[in-house]
Amino acid sequence: MSKQPDLAGPVPDLNPGHSATVVSGRERVRDWLNRGTPYWFVSPYIIIFGMFGIFPVFFMVFLSFHTWNPVAGLQSMEFIGLDNYVLSLTDPTLWQSLWNTVVMALLSGVAQHLVALPMAFLLVSLGQRARHWLTTAYFLPYVTSTIAVSMIFYIMYSPQSGVINQALQLLANGTLTSWAFGWINGLMPIAWLQENNLIRYSISFVVFWKYVGFNIVIYAAGLSTINPDLYEAAKIDGASSFQRFRFLALPLLRPFIFFAVTLTIIGNMNLFDEPYVLTRGLQQATANGMTMSNYLYRIGWEWLDMGSAAAISWILFVVIAAMTGLYFWLFGRQGLGGDQ
Amino acid sequence: MMLRIMDDQRYQRGISIASRTVLWTFLLLGVFLTIFPFLWSGLLSTHDRSTMFSSNFVLHFSNQLLPNYDRLMELMPFWQGMFNSFKVALLGTLASLLFCSMCGYGLAVFKFRGRTALFTIMICSMMLPPILTLIPYYLIVSSLGLRDTHLAVWLPFAINPFGIFLIRQYVVASIPKDLLEAAKLDGAGAFRTYWSIALPLLRPGLATLAIVQFVFLWNNFLQPLVILTSTDQMVITQMLRRVQGIPNTPWGAVMLGTTISVVPLICIYMLSSKQMISGLTSGAVK
Repeated sequence: MSKQPDLAGPVPDLNPGHSATVVSGRERVRDWLNRGTPYWFVSPYIIIFGMFGIFPVFFMVFLSFHTWNPVAGLQSMEFIGLDNYVLSLTDPTLWQSLWNTVVMALLSGVAQHLVALPMAFLLVSLGQRARHWLTTAYFLPYVTSTIAVSMIFYIMYSPQSGVINQALQLLANGTLTSWAFGWINGLMPIAWLQENNLIRYSISFVVFWKYVGFNIVIYAAGLSTINPDLYEAAKIDGASSFQRFRFLALPLLRPFIFFAVTLTIIGNMNLFDEPYVLTRGLQQATANGMTMSNYLYRIGWEWLDMGSAAAISWILFVVIAAMTGLYFWLFGRQGLGGDQ
Repeated sequence: MMLRIMDDQRYQRGISIASRTVLWTFLLLGVFLTIFPFLWSGLLSTHDRSTMFSSNFVLHFSNQLLPNYDRLMELMPFWQGMFNSFKVALLGTLASLLFCSMCGYGLAVFKFRGRTALFTIMICSMMLPPILTLIPYYLIVSSLGLRDTHLAVWLPFAINPFGIFLIRQYVVASIPKDLLEAAKLDGAGAFRTYWSIALPLLRPGLATLAIVQFVFLWNNFLQPLVILTSTDQMVITQMLRRVQGIPNTPWGAVMLGTTISVVPLICIYMLSSKQMISGLTSGAVK
């Protein structure tokens, strides 16, 4: 924002109207149009954002103090004070789904960054060509639809015939591998998505799989901004490649890590698509697999209690804001400081 | 002495070969894990229930591709769904190119009252979680009579604040103010200057924005799920998700549908992976 040049300053004529001597009605209209020019340019944004951005936020505050069944029309709206909040905050399912969201956000988020950082470091050390091809492959899941990908994983996780269980079975019964993996037979069939204890891990893996490539690209871009002479100097000084990663690349990547982790926190806390498909449209193993967004959808659109759903979205918003705020407070100075 | 150095070198080379092998195994394993689900869904589209649910490990193509296609057509108006997805993504992208470039240009070029406020609101709105505005969005769409229409699905995303910010930066960086001044002196109005002078210069920025918007709208699920209720209006992701609820789902057919639905974006990606990667990460990397 600081480098915002004052284009309008030296070119006052771009924005005329004040100087024109208004004579006829037509001139007046033109003058009015001219003076409004900047506003014409930003009007689409103002109109659409007012409709789908500003109004909704205020309406949400209003709605969260009411009961409302959207099918019954606006007349059915009734003021009930803080009841929605009280009801939501004492609802054990809400706390459970909040916990699920946090656990899955951590599981998939931490794994993403722990894998993406060293991967990016390895990629950057390769030649231009190899790097390009590998990056292209790793980034592919990010481009494809979450729903399509989750559908594919839903099939792969299938307990009887899914490829994951079949591969495990192959390992368990293979002549060469049975001594090490034979114990898996005792667990078969593993119900990845039906078992309450497993579903968080299964969902987290899909999230990890989908977004790790995105982080690799960000970190690779960050690493390529580092002056190669620094690496050379470190090499000459006898630093091993792990030391170069740990003491040279990692500190210089700090702003990138900060930014990527912020994106992960916000994205993961809003997680909706993957658990929605993997719990079969909130039909199975929802106790541990349902995120807060899923629960909100269920209350609002399946149980048609928009008031409670509004209260829950505010609770979710506060949780996300608090987590992001905490993260900024803890690491913001380090993360942003490296930028300058 | 000589011997020891030679030994040492051989030892060094051995280490380096071993570490390169480990490195490449690791990297290629990553590629395999990334690509595998797509290959697998392609493979399963040639199977029907009987071969798919046999407990044997199937790693071969079967002969059910065409029957699966017929089943898919029976199961859902598949091509209608593809068309709907495409329509939503295309219209939303075009609208956002127009609106975001107008707004970004306006913010960069003109000085007007409320500019800073507008800019601040825009940046703040990037942080609003989408689920927060979902309920009023649904309400507004319903009260405007736009429920079950595609317009309602793409219109709110036509003013992506990220896009406006991106275009603003492009205007600031790549359009010399002398040029705008010259256009003004030649008698071009503000809109004409924007349309015939600024827009052509903004092409790279617009391309980036188009990529981001198209991928987002093609893959978007939450808003269609809430708004589009009749089968003919549904986008493809919705149609595919819905068959999960059917008993005895013909999964081979569903996998065929899923595979076809990811093919367009994968094709576009193959052709322009560099632009797409840099476009989709442009918010993060710059």
